[in-house]
Amino acid sequence: MDAKKIDVTEVARRARNIRRLVIEMLAAAGSGHPGGSLSAADIVASLYFGVMRHRPSEPYWEERDRFILSKGHACPVLYAALAEAGYITHDLLTSLRRFGSPLQGHPDRRKLGLIEASTGSLGIGLSMGIGLALAARLRGSPSRTYVLLGDGECEEGQIWEAAMYAPHLKLGNLCAIIDFNRLQLDAGIGELTDLEPLAAKWRAFNWNVLEIDGHDYGQIADAFGRAASVADKPTVIVASTVKGKGVSYMENQLKFHGSVPDKQDIAKALAELTGGAR
Amino acid sequence: MIRRWTSPLELGMATREAYGRTLAELGEENPRVVVLDADLAKSTYTGMFGKKFKERFFDVGIAEANMCSIAAGLAAGGMVPFASSFASFLICKGYEQLRICCAYMEFNVNFVGSHGGISLGEDGPSQQSIEDIALACALPGFTVANPADEVSAAALIRAAAEHYGPVYIRVGRPRVPKIYAPGERFSFGRAKTLSDGDDVTVIASGLMVGVACEAAELAERRGIDVRVIDMHTAKPLDEAAIEIAAAETGAIVVAEEHLWRPGLGSLVAQAAALRHPVPMEFVGVEDTFAESGTPEELLRAYGLTTEHILGAIDRVLGRKAKGAVELAR
Repeated sequence: MDAKKIDVTEVARRARNIRRLVIEMLAAAGSGHPGGSLSAADIVASLYFGVMRHRPSEPYWEERDRFILSKGHACPVLYAALAEAGYITHDLLTSLRRFGSPLQGHPDRRKLGLIEASTGSLGIGLSMGIGLALAARLRGSPSRTYVLLGDGECEEGQIWEAAMYAPHLKLGNLCAIIDFNRLQLDAGIGELTDLEPLAAKWRAFNWNVLEIDGHDYGQIADAFGRAASVADKPTVIVASTVKGKGVSYMENQLKFHGSVPDKQDIAKALAELTGGAR
Repeated sequence: MIRRWTSPLELGMATREAYGRTLAELGEENPRVVVLDADLAKSTYTGMFGKKFKERFFDVGIAEANMCSIAAGLAAGGMVPFASSFASFLICKGYEQLRICCAYMEFNVNFVGSHGGISLGEDGPSQQSIEDIALACALPGFTVANPADEVSAAALIRAAAEHYGPVYIRVGRPRVPKIYAPGERFSFGRAKTLSDGDDVTVIASGLMVGVACEAAELAERRGIDVRVIDMHTAKPLDEAAIEIAAAETGAIVVAEEHLWRPGLGSLVAQAAALRHPVPMEFVGVEDTFAESGTPEELLRAYGLTTEHILGAIDRVLGRKAKGAVELAR
């Protein structure tokens, strides 16, 4: 999957599959984080099935683009994308969170070497992305680095240390995406501390800031294209999303940040996701 | 008694300066060596590398957490990073990043904390580091070292560049005595026995190695033959050297510029407890912060001088003799 024009129909099909797999995995595990996995599904599908240069037949290709899921609790979406892309088998997905499984509760590269960074402790992924982007620059590699951040994660101080530094380095090969679903664990964004105005903060930190609808495949593809065209500035895509997107009763519901529905509701979710009712 | 140091000890350079010089050499030898600092490059001597290799030197500003995670990202991208700040800031402000980005993720990152211990002096406790070795040792997979002089510091920095896995090395601010002749070889986890006495063993690290050598000379005049061991690596610990010393000398004193509980003292005590228990005494910082003062004033006030080691030797020999009497009953 070297760089190519993004086929939004293909991305939409993959995103639908990923959402279904997320629900199946979480149902099998009985615990996990559906809300933020579903809100990020369209972004992750776009990255793995159009944006990123990567080779499932050669997972450790040195020139591959790197993806860090800094909001590590949304790992079901990453595992589902890896299965869809052919890195791991679909059968493995239902082992999520089980003892001995490579699909740990948060991504763990000791257990699954494909994972670029073991995340789960929020706030560290952007700094690691700076390191990867710098290493690519020093190696003279065309590799780009993508870091998916949670909106709540941007309350961590280290994010702003990294935000201050990446533009100083003119890291055009670094692209952050904020899954701006407006809900964190305890409350809605803004109820605990003042994150907003979020895009303005990044602008003030000298980033190339793009604001999009994180469920519009055309806008997502366009934003990644524009990010790649800016050579001397890192880009942050502030993607407005809906937590729980794709499952009607989960959308915008705080309770589905970190809890899994019961059996009956799982069936309902799968019916919605397989019925093409997007 | 055979000694491996030259008496009297001659003052050498600070271990931080040996670090900076070695980094500059490594930069020539290995294009993958990159160096990071957090606005203390003049003090840590990483600036020596920065001057020569601008494109591979990243002074990130006053943001230790960011620096430590960037170092991990650089390692993930195939570089060999060295990241530095004062030991206190590096370990305490970067601890989560050392834990998650380096220990847990198993990335090959080297951290060098300068101004370790209390001997940085006048700047006081916020800058002094009395717990860095213990905290670094608590990180799974980390190698942790505290060199005594310029030769061992340079050699262990080189060993870090070649070792695959996370490393923490403490270096110090003041100039310290030369213990080793140039060319001496070092490996992590292989302690150096500096004298062959068999009455008592003093196991020391960092700046306390020189102090232990001086104490051993004074003890010898009183007829006590001291075995001095430079335990430059706290992890992995040279347990074999501890076992042999315990068996052959029957008493151990541990001396460190660090809290001794937890510290090298507790690590050595665990190894001795498992392999060959003997009476032990500890010379280190008690459960307290220090204060401002000259290095000499602070080392005296907080119990880190030759006199303190001699006192510990007397106490431990008393316990050893008492044990022998009880055994004879």
